[in-house]
Amino acid sequence: MAAFILRRLGQAVLVMLTVGLIAFALFRFVGDPVIFMLGQDATPEDRVRVTQLLCLDRPFYLQYAAFVNNALHGQFGLSLRQVRPVSTLIVERLPATLELSFMAALFSLAAGIPMGVYTALRRNSWLSHVLLGISLAGVSLPTFLIGILLILFFSVQLGWLPSFGRCDTVQIGWWSTGLLTASGLKALILPSITLGLFQMTLIQRLVRSEMLEVLRTDYIRFARARGLTDRAIHFGHALKNTLVPVMTITGLQLGAIIAFSIITEQVFQWPGMGLLFIQAIGFADVPVMAAYLCLIGLFFVIINLVVDLLYYAVDPRLRIQPI
Amino acid sequence: MLDVRDLRVEFPMRRGTLTALDGVSFSIAPGEVLGVVGESGAGKSITGLAIIGLLEPPGRIAGGEVRLEGERIDNLPADELRKLRGRRIGVIFQDPLTSLNPLYTIGRQIEETIVTHLPMGETQARERALALLREVGIPGAEARYEHYPHQFSGGMRQRVVIALALAAEPRLLIADEPTTALDVSIQAQIIALLKRLAAERGAAVMLITHDMGVIAETAHRVAVMYAGRIVELGSVREVIHAPRHPYTVGLMGSIPRIAARKGRLVQIDGAMPRLNAIPRGCAFNPRCPRRFARCLVERPDLLPAGTSFAACWLHAAA
Repeated sequence: MAAFILRRLGQAVLVMLTVGLIAFALFRFVGDPVIFMLGQDATPEDRVRVTQLLCLDRPFYLQYAAFVNNALHGQFGLSLRQVRPVSTLIVERLPATLELSFMAALFSLAAGIPMGVYTALRRNSWLSHVLLGISLAGVSLPTFLIGILLILFFSVQLGWLPSFGRCDTVQIGWWSTGLLTASGLKALILPSITLGLFQMTLIQRLVRSEMLEVLRTDYIRFARARGLTDRAIHFGHALKNTLVPVMTITGLQLGAIIAFSIITEQVFQWPGMGLLFIQAIGFADVPVMAAYLCLIGLFFVIINLVVDLLYYAVDPRLRIQPI
Repeated sequence: MLDVRDLRVEFPMRRGTLTALDGVSFSIAPGEVLGVVGESGAGKSITGLAIIGLLEPPGRIAGGEVRLEGERIDNLPADELRKLRGRRIGVIFQDPLTSLNPLYTIGRQIEETIVTHLPMGETQARERALALLREVGIPGAEARYEHYPHQFSGGMRQRVVIALALAAEPRLLIADEPTTALDVSIQAQIIALLKRLAAERGAAVMLITHDMGVIAETAHRVAVMYAGRIVELGSVREVIHAPRHPYTVGLMGSIPRIAARKGRLVQIDGAMPRLNAIPRGCAFNPRCPRRFARCLVERPDLLPAGTSFAACWLHAAA
């Protein structure tokens, strides 16, 4: 167990170093930062001075080491556009994105698992066919279209829910939350559904196929032969066995939800990291882009690690111990 | 105890209905072990599943009746039938490696079964589960209680499965190939265990297998199945030493015997017909060395032959 965690941590460090390298390489591909800072008509002396000041004359690996060192201290320099520390910008935006992603994931699980279970158990009912039809639409429709349609219906026509922004938020330390105000919660509904819909259909289909698989196994047949109730068989025995693969996918998708909240944030003008990133791309704001890249990489690594550990909690076969 | 009359099981398919069981009748007395033998696909397991009401759809009972202790059970509503499974009929399936849920401890699985069927609290159920584990010969039952199925060997797992099947003291035990997936050395132990537990409880046992050795050691009577019908039914002695049906004769001839080492084993030519191509008359007629005109047109029912019964025109009273 300890060896497993250590190995995983080692791998995580490698992944993060690689992501960092790619982020670092961004600075070089987007153009000469010296020209960027001084403009086209700077004197050669000025350029040399700035180059030395920024340590750009040092070898590549030393620059990278300095980048990693700064990143470890949470420093990604100044945003070129807003001229404020990137870390401050990210910290400001992080709660909005994390709350949105969390709600989207919650929605996709809370709706996806029951739908999957239902469509597996009542394979031939008309409701199952309807649910599968909906999931097909959810998989095929692009996120921005779903968002726009939801806004059109619930905000413009019915006027029930706000169409953009977070509305009222409450500040708890550095964390600004929309979960504690009625309007903040209402503002979360549409973006969460938009962001979570694709994952929900994915989870629904996954749960359905896993459940069908498990229901065919011998131990389910034996459970029936023992006269256990359908409830105990379906929700006690079958569902738990379907959850291992569902956990993996949900975990990976949680990373994807955070990363791809960009589109949803753009549609709903959600003041999160995704919107920050889109704006940064527009202005070639490399420090922000690099920081975002590293942060998303970090999320994926952490989530994968957590999923691996969750396996141990669910599946006793992995907790190998001498008998 | 168990009384099956003219049981007929059909699988309605797109291209017509397949008849998996046709006119199967037998009974088992309390304390009796009935062996059911036959090739794969002869309908042995289907018979067991039909009795406990667990036929895979679209399979269904199309005719006949099943009585348990005099009460008709084949037409019970699903929930009544469920309460009966495990409580009055225990079932053991072939593969002990896959019969247990890998995510729960064996103790929990036994407890769950006990609580479902018997009016017991948690402590009582645990006591009973432990007693069962000791009874089926799990060493260190207390310590093993919290173990997961993957921590047991195949033979030990089958013992756990037996404990589960017996958890609520069923009157009838249906064992579907209980030893096929086990090492030969373990098979004898498991069979002895089954036999002892059934005898102690006075339970009836329906032992489904294709292993004549197991039947010879365990069963009191034998039903030989072929293409969805019982072709011979009689005491173990009679069926093994004086088989009446040409199919049974072939079946007995194909068992290797160390005592009589004489060249090649006898084999029955051909294969059992598929369910959608059962010939007219006796289903065995294409492979039968002793067929005659009547076998090709008319299907025999079980006829008295010595002390047993055989579905063969050779035994028609003139």
